[in-house]
Parts: sequence; C-alpha cells; structure tokens
Amino acid sequence: MKPPPFAYECPTEVADAVALLAAHGADARPLAGGQSLVPLLNFRLARPAVLVDLNRIAALGHVTVENGALRIGAMARQAAVEADPGVARGWPLLTDAISHIAHPQIRNRGTIGGSLAHNDPAAELPAVMLALDAEMTALGPEGTRTVPSGEFFAGTMETALAPDELLTEIRVPELPEGTGWSFREAARRQGDFALVAVAVLLRPSGSSSGIDARVVVTGTGDGPQRMREAEAVLAERGTGGDACEAAGNAAAQASEPADDPHAPAWYRQRLVAALTRRACREAAMRMGR
Amino acid sequence: MADHGHNVRVTINGEAHEGHVEPRLLLSDFIRHEAGLTGTHVGCEHGVCGACTVLLDGAPVRSCLMFAVQADGASVETVESLANGETLHPLQEAFRREHGLQCGYCTPGILMTLKPFLAANPAPSDADIRQALSGHLCRCTGYQQIVAAVRRAAAMLRGEEP
Repeated sequence: MKPPPFAYECPTEVADAVALLAAHGADARPLAGGQSLVPLLNFRLARPAVLVDLNRIAALGHVTVENGALRIGAMARQAAVEADPGVARGWPLLTDAISHIAHPQIRNRGTIGGSLAHNDPAAELPAVMLALDAEMTALGPEGTRTVPSGEFFAGTMETALAPDELLTEIRVPELPEGTGWSFREAARRQGDFALVAVAVLLRPSGSSSGIDARVVVTGTGDGPQRMREAEAVLAERGTGGDACEAAGNAAAQASEPADDPHAPAWYRQRLVAALTRRACREAAMRMGR
Repeated sequence: MADHGHNVRVTINGEAHEGHVEPRLLLSDFIRHEAGLTGTHVGCEHGVCGACTVLLDGAPVRSCLMFAVQADGASVETVESLANGETLHPLQEAFRREHGLQCGYCTPGILMTLKPFLAANPAPSDADIRQALSGHLCRCTGYQQIVAAVRRAAAMLRGEEP
C-alpha cells in the first residue's frame, strides 16, 4: 500500500529536530533509516501527522573511538558500523550481531539509533547494547541526559525516550583484554527477525570463577532480557564442565515466551537453552578457556 | 495535515529528473511514475521481496522504503542503466544464458544488488552468492539457475568467458 499523507520536515541541525518534535508533540515521529517506520506507514499501521527526517543531520552520523569507548551517532548506518575496522577490533560482538539484521540493502539505510529507539521485541541491536552496558544519550527540550541501556528498553516498542526526546548517541564502554563474546540467533530464513537470539559476554573479573557474565536473550517476549540466573551460574562456576548447559537451562527457565504463529512457547524455550549453551561455549573459547 | 509541495531533483541513470511531489511519494513510485522508468518493479512495499532494489549513491537500497524527497540531490541507478543500447550487460547476458529468470518480476532488483556485489567480490563462492541473494524473493526459478547465472556473470566480468 501507499503511506498516508503527512507533513515533512527535514532539519539539518539536531536542535532544530528537537524543537520540531517539541512543537508537534505526539503527532510527530522522527524518521531515521525508515526500514521499520516506512513499512508501518505503507501498511497504515502508523499515521503520524508530521515526519521529522533526521537523514540530513550530519552531526549524528559519527562512529569514533574516544578514550577507549565507542561513540556511535544515532544516525550511523548499520552497514557503516558493520564495516568499521575499529568496531570489529574492539567490539566484535556488535559487528557480528549487525550481520544478522535483515539484508545488506536494509543495513545500507537502517541506522543504529533507529533500531534502538524502535525496540522491536526481536531485534538484535537492543540485546547487544544491553549486553555491552551501552549508554544512550538523549536530547530533549530540557537538555541532554544519559540513560543506561538497562533502563532504556522499556517493553515492546517502548523506550525511556519521551515523545519530544531524540536519541543522539550511543556510547559503548571499552571491553577489557581477554573478553569472550558470542552472538547466536535462530530465524526461519536468513535475515528474518530472530525467533530467539542470545548475546553472551564474558569479562575477566575478580569473582570466584574469574568471570563477569552477561547473558541477554531476545525474541521471547517484550524485548531484550538479562538472564541474571544464567549470569550467576557462570560467575559462580565459570564455563567448565556442564556450567554452560546449566546456564542455558537457567535462562530457559527464566524466559516466558508465549505461543505465537511463528513458534510455540516450548520451542522458543528450547532455543533459549540451546543457543545460550552454544554461545557460552563459544565465548569461553574466545576467552581462551 | 496535507503537504503537497516539495521540489525534488534526482539524477537517475545520469539524467536529472525533477518533480513537484507530495512527501509521501515513495522513491519507487517516483522512479516509475514521474521518471517513467518502469524497469524497477514494486512487489511487497514493505522491504521484504527486493524487487524494487536500486542503487542510491552506489549502494543497493529498497526504493519502497524511502521517500522521493529523501533522494533529492542523490544519484540513483536502475536496471535501465545496465544495457548499452541493444548490448546486454554481462549480468543480463548471464541471466539469459543460464535461464536465471522466468517471469522476470524479481530480476531488476536482483541485478541491482549483484552489480556492486560482483564489483566488490569478483570471485564469490556459492555461499557468498546465496548470501547476496538472500534479500530477494524469486517464486519461479528455485534459485538454482540464478546462482549459476551469477557464477557465469562473475566469470564474464573477470574476462574469463565471452
């Protein structure tokens, strides 16, 4: 179908975009890469009166490393971040996860910030940013604030952003030397949204096992979920013996998927167990364990 | 809130095309209805089928997932840019020889994805080829002949086959 009518604004400065959002309130939607919003418009599932196009704001497209941390402008294209050698060196979990997002044609337009602000409950990037302890910078009429990823994702297609706030930058902290990582996804076809995806990050630490673990699962409910029971298993027991299997089982037990037309709940739970186990073993291997 | 007035100027296949369009006009519809280039096909209009794929400043994108106003000042290449008069582009010639199409609905989008793909990967493996094709749906061929056509096109572009 064709999109419903809307008024179109195309600011070139971030401050102008925020002012437009403030002026139009809930009638306005920011337009990032459009790879989720334009289908919603074409299906007429969304009917914003005003679209504020962010694509000509040059200040939002950066991908830089500063004092060890990765700074990604909200409008950086997924394909650009996927191809960035500094990201691949320092945050390979992010590079690998992006390759699972739809297809290259979509990633050429799709943006990092757009995916995070949309927060589809089966999208890869929110899960990865949660695993990486990323921080989101939002700009609103009252100024800038920083939101930890643990507070940013607030449920299916919901975030901590107010209607007149714009996600401007994502900051990903440096990973310590020797960090193990893995991203595992099950989808029916290449490029589909995940039935289940799991991100595992194992940082060296002073815990009894020497590991600080992040286990994030998505596709099972209303967005990315930290599996703290599974993380506790790994922090306590490390990754040897059947610890990864135990972590997988703990994650499956903590997940509460519903039956839907794509998969029954029991199938998704088994995927959580299997993908967590495999991701844990792969991350341990990359850690040199 | 209707919004009728936006002037856009898009260079399509090296030629400037201007129009006064509603912001909701999709780039795919601008290409077909304003520029009259109907080689770009429209399938699902939600980014899944790949039929409408064109090159935007050299990179393949879904023309149904952006608005014509967003392409103002940009350079677009469509399937019409491939052949040189009556001489088919090696990609087209390879698809013809290998029966890489039947109804041909998906073909323009596939060719536009393949052009930069083969430029960046002159000797792709079958796995690379299938990965590159994964963003395109073909309901006729079963993909086997398409993969064979890409193999042949790669060889032709490397100068190993006429």
